[in-house]
Amino acid sequence: MRTWLHGLPLAGVALITLATGLSAHAQDPNAGRALAATCATCHGTDGRSAGGVPPSLAGQNRQILLQAMRDFRDGKRAATIMHQHAKGYTDQQFELMADYFSKLKP
Amino acid sequence: MTLSRREFVQWAAAAGVTTLAGCATTGSGSAGRVVVIGGGFGGGTAAKYIKLWSPDIDVTLVERDSGFISCPLSNLVLAGSTTIKEISRDYGGLSARGINVVRDNAVAVDAAAKSVRLAGGRTLAYDRLIVSPGVDFMYNTIPGLNNGAAQAEVLHAWKAGPQTLALQKQLQAMPDGGVFVLHIPLAPYRCPPGPYERICQVADYFKRAKPKSKIIALDSNPDVVSKAGLFKAVWNGAYKGMIDYRPNSEIADVDVKSKTVKLQFGDVKGDVLNVVPPQRAGEIARQAGVITTNDRWCDVNWQTCESTAVKGIHVLGDATLSASLMPKSASMANQHAKVCAAAVIAMIKGQPLNPEPMLMNTCYSFVDAKNVIHVASVHRYSAKDKTMVAIKGAGGLSDKPNALEGEYAWGWARNIWADSLT
Repeated sequence: MRTWLHGLPLAGVALITLATGLSAHAQDPNAGRALAATCATCHGTDGRSAGGVPPSLAGQNRQILLQAMRDFRDGKRAATIMHQHAKGYTDQQFELMADYFSKLKP
Repeated sequence: MTLSRREFVQWAAAAGVTTLAGCATTGSGSAGRVVVIGGGFGGGTAAKYIKLWSPDIDVTLVERDSGFISCPLSNLVLAGSTTIKEISRDYGGLSARGINVVRDNAVAVDAAAKSVRLAGGRTLAYDRLIVSPGVDFMYNTIPGLNNGAAQAEVLHAWKAGPQTLALQKQLQAMPDGGVFVLHIPLAPYRCPPGPYERICQVADYFKRAKPKSKIIALDSNPDVVSKAGLFKAVWNGAYKGMIDYRPNSEIADVDVKSKTVKLQFGDVKGDVLNVVPPQRAGEIARQAGVITTNDRWCDVNWQTCESTAVKGIHVLGDATLSASLMPKSASMANQHAKVCAAAVIAMIKGQPLNPEPMLMNTCYSFVDAKNVIHVASVHRYSAKDKTMVAIKGAGGLSDKPNALEGEYAWGWARNIWADSLT
């Protein structure tokens, strides 16, 4: 019961996000794949980095990826370039990218 | 109308149908045939991602060279800070993916018949064609360099490979106290920060090996085209007194014998001349009829990279008419290719297009052997504007040259090579 109560507001937020945040991207079944492909130039195909620098993204925890992108965007995490790239994406795009990479094998 | 087999063969021959062999070899199960011309950052990536995302599409990549040599990082070869071997890759990885890599030169495109003719005599049929030819040099604008012998002496070294090594040799043979003259064409040209990185790399080499030598940079542009503040700070810092940068210095001609670059007002003599000529889309783009603008560049629909001039033909990379704030860079070509690959798959399969494709650009420049500066940008397709627009507030520059980005630049290189070519 306690767990259920805990989960309720979160689920509510998720529903609101889905209902109000539908952009062009959400309607494209390959939206996550296409967005993730923009990362691959530097981070490797499907986020598997050839030499480990910059880091691999494949198989990383969804929440950690999401938080990293938000922190880069908001200037809370030091970076050479990611703070500039992250400002080009919406929160919803971050979620699509985090979904895509977190579901891949490392 | 019913045709006997004999009649059909006669009809097909009369109609110039060249796809029979293609159908036979394609076999059942193929969703369609894509031919990609050019195995650089654009074409390699397009071929790879179509196969990666849709293995049931037959992909043929036509490339005239036996291997790939990276323009990014090739300026470091001039300074002896890396080798051609280090920045070279082969096409084995793409072959292993099931891409048919054909070493040949595409010489003609028949858009009506949907076929590409190769110099070796073969004809390839396609459902969609991707043209990623890079740039050709407009030597016709520099009379003194408009012949092979002159071009072998006054190098461009703007396509990595033999020219890079030849320029390195010229620099090594130059006596200490000599003058290196670099001419930079009017933008747009391949790799906006490239000439300024080259100035840094040659200065780095001179500083170590020939400290009395000088660099004269004749820039056709009114100012440094990319990362201006950062480059100038380095020239006035680590390389102070070595670089004579002259803006608004458009070339009129070259006298090869006297090693003189002729400008509209005055001549500039040097010991080693390095003239980067004005550029246009590679010749096969002209053959395909996709050059639309100033007889140089190919306008495309940025949602799909399909030519605005010829349906069924997509154009990528440096050959395109760039959208606003979009550089002719390796990163961009690699990113164009993914937008194109997704669109080509969707078009072949009758699926909806990505309504808002995105592009991300990263260009690293080495100011010496280790320290690097970047410029970055993010672009999204705007249905309203019908083009790619740079996203305001995103992107930017390094604060100053730093070694950490030197490591990231090598990481970028290894990953983009793998992302484009394996």
